[in-house]
Amino acid sequence: MTRPAARPGTAAGPVATATAPASGPAPGPTPAPAPAPVPPAGRRRAVPGALWPYLLVAPTVVGIAFLLAYPLVRNLLISLQHYGMAELIRGGADFAGLDNYREILRDGEFWQVTRRTLGWTAINVVLIMVIGTGVALMLQRLGKRMRTLVLSGLVLAWASPVIATTTVFQWLFSSRLGVVNWLLARLGFDSFQDYSWLAHGPAAFTVLVLLVVWQSVPFVAITLHSALTTVPTELFESARIDGAGGGRVFRSITLPLLRPVFGLLLCLEVIWVFRCFAQIWAVTGGGPGGATTTLPVYSYQVARSLHRYDLGAAAATLTVLILIAVLVLYFRQMFRQEAEL
Amino acid sequence: MSGSLRRLPLNAGALVVFVLCVFPVYWMVLTAFKPTPDIQAETPVFLPTSLTLEHFSAAVKADGFWSFWRNSLLVTAGCVLLALAVALGSAFAVARLRWKGRRGFVLMVFIAQVAPWEALLIPMYVIARDTDMLDRLPTLTLVYFMITLPFTIVTLRSFLTAIPRELEEAAQVDGCTRAAAFRRVTLPLLAPGLLATSLFGFITAWNEFAFANMLIIKNQDDRTLPVWLSSFSNVFGTDWGATMAASTLFALPVLILFLVLQRRVAAGLAGGAVKG
Repeated sequence: MTRPAARPGTAAGPVATATAPASGPAPGPTPAPAPAPVPPAGRRRAVPGALWPYLLVAPTVVGIAFLLAYPLVRNLLISLQHYGMAELIRGGADFAGLDNYREILRDGEFWQVTRRTLGWTAINVVLIMVIGTGVALMLQRLGKRMRTLVLSGLVLAWASPVIATTTVFQWLFSSRLGVVNWLLARLGFDSFQDYSWLAHGPAAFTVLVLLVVWQSVPFVAITLHSALTTVPTELFESARIDGAGGGRVFRSITLPLLRPVFGLLLCLEVIWVFRCFAQIWAVTGGGPGGATTTLPVYSYQVARSLHRYDLGAAAATLTVLILIAVLVLYFRQMFRQEAEL
Repeated sequence: MSGSLRRLPLNAGALVVFVLCVFPVYWMVLTAFKPTPDIQAETPVFLPTSLTLEHFSAAVKADGFWSFWRNSLLVTAGCVLLALAVALGSAFAVARLRWKGRRGFVLMVFIAQVAPWEALLIPMYVIARDTDMLDRLPTLTLVYFMITLPFTIVTLRSFLTAIPRELEEAAQVDGCTRAAAFRRVTLPLLAPGLLATSLFGFITAWNEFAFANMLIIKNQDDRTLPVWLSSFSNVFGTDWGATMAASTLFALPVLILFLVLQRRVAAGLAGGAVKG
């Protein structure tokens, strides 16, 4: 999302520092050596110029503190308390130490759900990245008219609201009158006549994978495509003139150019798919028989159906810990790319 | 001749991708307009001979449809405006000013951008209960504001750094105050960036399901469209025509905004508004 504009951003860094002192003498004739942060309109306002940046970022800091940091801390706190329906109503939960974590880690279902979540993430992300890269490379080769056509299709799929397309997929895969069943039966797979996708675990899982892949591929394809278009075509041409074949061009030029963007996208997709809740909840609610329950769904179910907010919070904390491992990779990649923040 | 023959598999693949992308959306809109007998035909009707608006009237007449629409619109608009206003200040401070703690602040925003929101459902619910903010739309506005804010700051910052600060300085030399220079010179150039970020903020908030589902429980009239739509089987049963009509009406604002704004945003980026 930040790709296209990120490049000029980094370039503007040194320019900015170089011009900052030059603007110093402009506002006032004071011969005193100006401090590094120049307060241009400072003398007109009561607020000293050096305070301005802090005032400007204050709402963001307050927002992050109250709406992000505090809930995170509170989640940790709840996971260390006995927190059920009674505590929710009365308040005054007592400290439980690591009891909740012990309980959840001993629960066979938690491990099953964790394994399923990792499998769910792996399957989806591999499909998304492979198809997304394929489509991006295809876009590069297409003629102008075809490219516009495919791009507009991708944008349409990308822009379609998640819950709307989630509902549409339920209609596409509906057992009676669903187009998919009709098509499969037409192609000779007679067992799909009136097949109830959402009543069978693996089938429901497949529908969800198709849905999430369909929703995610456009973003990956469009981002990779725009990364590819920033490469001057001369680079490819000169490589071809030098006698490089298609495979060689891909390995020596395309791949190294795409690698940073690819790494960022990979991390983002892992995070998104791992966290995915709305689609699963709306289509299957974690069913049938828990076959599509991933960690976020599990944590929600434990909290809402069993009123075990403490266990749900513990599961959520463990989810965050698993995600942090991915996030570390993500930030390493990002810092490598954006030398200056 | 041989060239076009060689391109055949490529173009065929492109067509397949296009059809796979477009078909679900096409099927949604088509079903919404199809007469019920066509929907219930054993062989799906891909190109209908007659169209009807009865499904739309069924969807619109469903209980509370308009209040869900209003709720979604209010929450989304509030979130986008709030995030834009707050993000503009932060993005300006990060892109244009030098101050101690800037790097730390940017890092914090980057981390917030990938915060695992789904893991915060339970504490948010408990906090909202404690502070008597449960079942209230402003709570959703605040949560969505926080979800969209980091991303808005990051995007606006990169748009801002792409605008040469010499333009502002020139205006200041010509006698503008710094604030006026920003308002008259940079802000107009930033318009595509503001449009782009508000578009993405709008999509995020308009789509949000998990928190709306968790934080609005008792007061059913205060639900938002995604939550209502996800429970369509309770509302319409297996009336797929009405369900698809409701989905279409839900998707419409986003698709329209996308179509209207995308070209402008893209034009602003590509044309390099600074050059002229």
